[in-house]
Formats: sequence, structure tokens, C-alpha cells
Amino acid sequence: MENLSINPNLQAKIHGELIAEFPQDLYIPPDALEVYLESFEGPLDLLLYLIRKNNLDILNIPMLDLTNQYMAYVDKMKQVKLELAADYLLMTAMLIEIKSRMLVPKPEAAEEEGDDPRSELVRKLIEYELIKEASLNLNEIPQLGHDRFATENYFHKVVKTSFPEVSIDDIFDAWHNVVKRASQFSSHQIDRSELSVREHMSSILRKLENEEQVLFEDLFLKDEQPIQKLVVCFLAILELSKEMMIKIFQQGNNSKIYLTKI
Amino acid sequence: MEEIIKLKEVIEAALLTSSKPLSIDELQKLYEEKIDRSTIRMIIDELVIDWKDKTLDLVEVASGYRFEAKVKFTEHLMRMNPDRAPKYSRAVLEVLAIIAYRQPVTRGDIESIRGVALNPNAIRQLSEREWIDIIGVKETPGRPSLYGTTKHFLNDFGLKDLSELPDIQKFEEQLNLDLSDTQVLVNSVVKKSEDQKNTDQESYEE
Repeated sequence: MENLSINPNLQAKIHGELIAEFPQDLYIPPDALEVYLESFEGPLDLLLYLIRKNNLDILNIPMLDLTNQYMAYVDKMKQVKLELAADYLLMTAMLIEIKSRMLVPKPEAAEEEGDDPRSELVRKLIEYELIKEASLNLNEIPQLGHDRFATENYFHKVVKTSFPEVSIDDIFDAWHNVVKRASQFSSHQIDRSELSVREHMSSILRKLENEEQVLFEDLFLKDEQPIQKLVVCFLAILELSKEMMIKIFQQGNNSKIYLTKI
Repeated sequence: MEEIIKLKEVIEAALLTSSKPLSIDELQKLYEEKIDRSTIRMIIDELVIDWKDKTLDLVEVASGYRFEAKVKFTEHLMRMNPDRAPKYSRAVLEVLAIIAYRQPVTRGDIESIRGVALNPNAIRQLSEREWIDIIGVKETPGRPSLYGTTKHFLNDFGLKDLSELPDIQKFEEQLNLDLSDTQVLVNSVVKKSEDQKNTDQESYEE
């Protein structure tokens, strides 16, 4: 360990502990370490970090250095009792193996290109680094729904007009019956509001909410309804039919006319 | 009197009101008589020019053509859409990148490249987003599923096809390696990965 001459008047402290010597390995306080390690995606990520941070030559990795640093990190991880992914420990074993193989002197005959015990590790590191860069790059591409917005409209879906299953004659016949009955009653004062077609439309729809189908005549059955009100009611029915909100139908010709909600 | 609607207007209306990109095949369905593909392409080129100075751009993505708001409006449109599609964690992005660049890949391949066990959550998120799909199985013991990206993935990233993915080898230049030595090594690394992929491919294509 290097000994730096330290001015005794200056006291450098980390976590209350005096630093007397400059640490050779990278030292990260445990709290910061926890944050740090959570941002590594795995042992390859950590190794790349160590290599880049220390400006190690990835094509000629000093295995002793790297292995020691890596193991120091893993030890720290255990100290802060982080749940250690088994992959980190596996990598420790691999690094030690590589380091050992490099320490054992090889006969010259066996020295071939590609026999470098580090080559597989280097290959993995470079491949991972490429993928890592690619993924960050991918994230920068403007994404639909996030940075790009496309049209999502719909066109007015026009339901194919199906002709009413009731003939217009039948409707008029029914209407005539209603009017005939009404003429038997005398008219009386009615408010303007009671003549609103829209309001009648709403009340008819409400009636149809509760019953699946309603007889045409039933919508006019209230006694003593003045003719104006009946007309408005009839208009409301026609309007609802036109807007495809109700269906007017009958079982067969000249049978009862029913209304139902669409 | 029948209104003579210009073909161009019909195509424009279709594209503006579609909820997804429309391909030339789909645009041909707009009329009973089949329209020439080259005619449609010509019209699209015209539309691109027509809209050059307007608020939307007519763009081509993998599944076809669609209108998108010009990039300058993103800042504002983003505020209107607080529930935007999520951006993913690094882990998920790495898995996505592996699948995109090295497809088809198995779970084992993904784990091998990343050096960590694959979190099933990552696969789930990407599947839900419809960016990846199982495109086959590898004919090896266990018959592991093979993952690949979808057209939807390309659409969302505004790519016409996989060849439009950013060139992965270009990244090496950004990573400050000594180019003279690097190029040889990178080539051998990439080649070895390709070879590995090809031998894998042979074993399941048979």
C-alpha cells in the first residue's frame, strides 16, 4: 500500500475513520455500495464497470487486479447483506479459474492464439457491452405512445340501413286509432314544456329501459291526453326510430306493433 | 349525380381515420376494382409532399403507412397524455435488445449474453406490449422456445424492418477502444457470435 505523506494537521475521514493510507483498491462506503450494486445488471456489468473505471485494457485484462477488485465488491455485497445473485458467485469462481490458468506457465507448443484463458471472458464482456449500448440506444429512439403520436380516429360507422320491419301503412293505421280515441276527450290547457319532442324521446327511452318491448298503443294510453301531446309523442317515436335508438316491429302483417330499445 | 371523389382523397381519409397503419394491400380494399399498387404508392408520395408543411407527417412503418404528429408537437402532446406507454428498466431493455439483434434466441441464449438469470417479468412485459413473440422452438433437449420481435415492435419504433435497427457494430467506436486492435477482436467476437448463432440455427432448422 502506498503511503502518502499526509499533513498531520489535515484529517481525512470516512465514516469517522481516519484515512491513514490511500486505498489501493476502489473503496466505496457500504451505504453507497448498496446503491451502486443495485444499479448493476449482473457480474458482466460489474466487470465492465471495473474495467472502464480503472482504464484497464479489455484486450489484455490484468486478471489479478480485476479479480481482486471484483471479489472485494462481492465481499462488500455480502457485508451489507444484500441478496446476492448466484451469478455473481459463479463469476467469482470463473475469474479465479482464469487467473490460476494464467499463472501456470505453459509450454510454448501449447501457446496458440485463442488459447488465452481470458478470451472467452473477453468475448462475453464485449458482446454484453455491445448489447448494453444497443439497449440504451433503443431506448433513445422516439417511441409511439411516448414521443410519437399517431392518429387513432374512427370514422362514423354507418350501420347498414335496415328497413323497418313495420310497413308505414301499419304505423299510420295505429296512429289513426290513437287519434280516434283521443278525439273523444276534450282538450285542456297544456304547458309548452310538455310539447317538447326531446323530452318525450327521453321518457320513452326510460320506459323501454324497464321493459324489453312496449306496445305502440301503450305509449299513448294515458287518459285525457290532448291531441297535441299525442302528436308530439308520435313524433318522438318516429325521431327515435330515425336515430336508430329504437326498433319498431310487428310479428306479422296487421298484428300489434311493438317498440324496443336498440 | 354521383360525386367523383378523387382516389387521393379516399386514401387520405382512410389513413387519417385508421387506428393502425395501413399497408398497400389494405388500401387496395378501398375500392371494388383493384387499384394498381404503383398508383397507390404514387399517391402516397404525393400525400407526403402535401402534408410536408402541415401538422402531421405521413410515415412508413413496418405494417404500412400512418399519420403521426410532427415531432415538434411532442412536448405538448405529452402533457395531454399523462398515462403514456411505460419506458422500461435496463434489464427489460437489454432483453429486448438481445431479442431484436440476435433473434431467434432462447431463454438460455439471453441468460448467457447477460450473464444473469432471466427474470420472467421481463419477458412478460415485452409480450404484453406485443413487442416479442415465440416464433418457434429449438430442436434440442427441452425444446426451448425461440423469441423474436414482432411487426408491432417495428411500428412502435418507427422502423420499416429489422435492417433499420441501429448498427450494433457502430457502438464499439463510441466505447473508446483502440481501433487498430479492436477491429480485429470485434470482428472475431461478432463472427464467433454469428457462427454460434448459425450452428444453433442449423441444429433447429433440421
